Amino acid sequence: MKSKWIAAPYLVWMGIFIIVPLLIVVYFAFTTADGGFTFNNIAQVGQYSEAIFKSILLGIVATAVCLLLGYPLGYIIARSTVRRQRTMVLLTMLPMWMNFLLRTYAWMTILENNGLINRFLNAIGLGSLPLINNSGAVVLGMVYNFLPFMIMPIYSVMAKIDRRVIEAAEDLGANRLQVFKKVLLPLSFPGIATGITMVFVPAVSTFVISRMLGGGDMLIGDIIEMQFVGSTYNPYVGSALSLVLMVLVFICMAVMRQFGSDEESEAMMP
Amino acid sequence: MTQKQNIIDLKDIVVKFDDETVLKGINLSIKDKEFVTLLGPSGCGKTTTLRIIGGFVLPDEGEIFFEGKKINGVPPYKRQVNTIFQRYALFPHLNVYENVAFGLRIKKRPEKEIRTRVKEMLALVGLQGYERRNIDALSGGQQQRVAIARAVINQPKVLLLDEPLAALDLKLRKEMQVELKKIQQSLGITFVYVTHDQEEALTMSDTVVVMNHGVIQQIGTPQDIYNEPQNAFVADFIGESNIVDGVMPEDLRVQFLGRDFVCVDKGFAPDEPVDVVIRPEDIKVVPPAEGQFTGQVDTVTFKGVHYEMIVKVEGKDWMIHSTKCEEPGAVIGMRVDPFDIHIMHKSDEPIYRDDDPSTVIDEEAVQ
Repeated sequence: MKSKWIAAPYLVWMGIFIIVPLLIVVYFAFTTADGGFTFNNIAQVGQYSEAIFKSILLGIVATAVCLLLGYPLGYIIARSTVRRQRTMVLLTMLPMWMNFLLRTYAWMTILENNGLINRFLNAIGLGSLPLINNSGAVVLGMVYNFLPFMIMPIYSVMAKIDRRVIEAAEDLGANRLQVFKKVLLPLSFPGIATGITMVFVPAVSTFVISRMLGGGDMLIGDIIEMQFVGSTYNPYVGSALSLVLMVLVFICMAVMRQFGSDEESEAMMP
Repeated sequence: MTQKQNIIDLKDIVVKFDDETVLKGINLSIKDKEFVTLLGPSGCGKTTTLRIIGGFVLPDEGEIFFEGKKINGVPPYKRQVNTIFQRYALFPHLNVYENVAFGLRIKKRPEKEIRTRVKEMLALVGLQGYERRNIDALSGGQQQRVAIARAVINQPKVLLLDEPLAALDLKLRKEMQVELKKIQQSLGITFVYVTHDQEEALTMSDTVVVMNHGVIQQIGTPQDIYNEPQNAFVADFIGESNIVDGVMPEDLRVQFLGRDFVCVDKGFAPDEPVDVVIRPEDIKVVPPAEGQFTGQVDTVTFKGVHYEMIVKVEGKDWMIHSTKCEEPGAVIGMRVDPFDIHIMHKSDEPIYRDDDPSTVIDEEAVQ
């Protein structure tokens, strides 16, 4: 098979940069500093449960906000003329051309206690607002950074929906709300599922955002980072944390997928 | 004809897409329980006319009436018409049962009624036992049947059909033609049918509306359209025709090929230039001496029921259908009866040619 050979470079790439590192993480998670087998690293994960819980909570909130903003945006883009679509997709992707760190720094200067917004509020005599160093700012940072990952898959699924199918629903007596509930939503579900995955996974494991916008607050991503590059250098516990986080994310995705397929099969039931 | 008998009236409908005028003042009345076919080549505006009735296209000018009431601004979901779309547009996320049940679910009918009605409809189209099937597990013909069941379950007063058989193979198409006609008669509702296939139009319709370039060319029964085409376009589009230039020196006499012929038409201006239309099957092959005119056989093609011959007459090709075969190269005589000579006013309409790409515009691309 010729096509198999074309995929070979990608398979090699995947092997070296995805499979091997994963195996290394698993190996470190169950290894002591002198190379012996242990469950001790995994057991230590328990002391970080608060950070893990908070990460998942903020990840869910950020994903929900992205969905609420991204779904109508994806719909609007998909229903525009081809020229308009191109412009809007470009505008959606534009922030992604800038470095992730720079984008987050920019938000710092906007939200800071003597940042742009507060200086403006002071100038008109309204006093300062606590805009930074709280969970709200972290969620804002996540939404800002990951929103395109929600819009794009929803847009591409929506654009593929045959206009005639929507016309057929109208023809059969469905008003706009019914068309949305009975046709558009179920047909765009694959896009929603992809969008949720692409926002939730990086949001849960993000590090920089929480440190820069969340004050001293540490999310699980920050804690993992500390184990590898920080003062508390401990790649064994770091690997254990990574492994647990991966498993948790995997469970979250599986639950969501289950919920999703339920929704679909429910729509198919008479 | 009073408004009460008509279920749909279109009055001076004009539609423009960007700068292009797609419909140029359409006037059409459709009677209750009639099978009306809009027939014409691609880009003639037939689908747009259908979409005007369905509510998917708003006319730029003109009025549309349903049972005498103006419905220009009424959205599709409030109109008492249902549509069978090109390529069916079934709901890919629903199975056969739910596709058919869709209209009743929207109306929030009780579950029991839905079950009986869906069963009835699937029986009507011969798809019992397919309830649980997924749409993509069906053949084209079966999808077509689901589309019919889904549209008629709402008991529309008018069913709009947009080239519903175009995607099916010839044999299936013939079967479905008969079946659609049966369904129309058993439901007793109006069908407005769009096709570019003249044979389909002649087979199924009570009334045929021939369109070209956004203008109605002729409205009539299939017999009228075939036997008394109003202009050379209709004559050529409906079946095969030989069209030659002629002159009418006086009533009942026409000159073409430099000869005088007796005909049955009158009312033309003296010496008016006209189109003379003669069907290939109306030309009789006789020995050269007995012919009104003669020609040399160029090609002969066997068509099953008859032979199709291309005969050179004074440098021009004539098409003749005959059950007798002549040898290519043979010189033959030809005769035409007076009532088989159709005289038409010259019109500005370009004559449609199957092989002329310039007359073929993709109507969907325009939309």
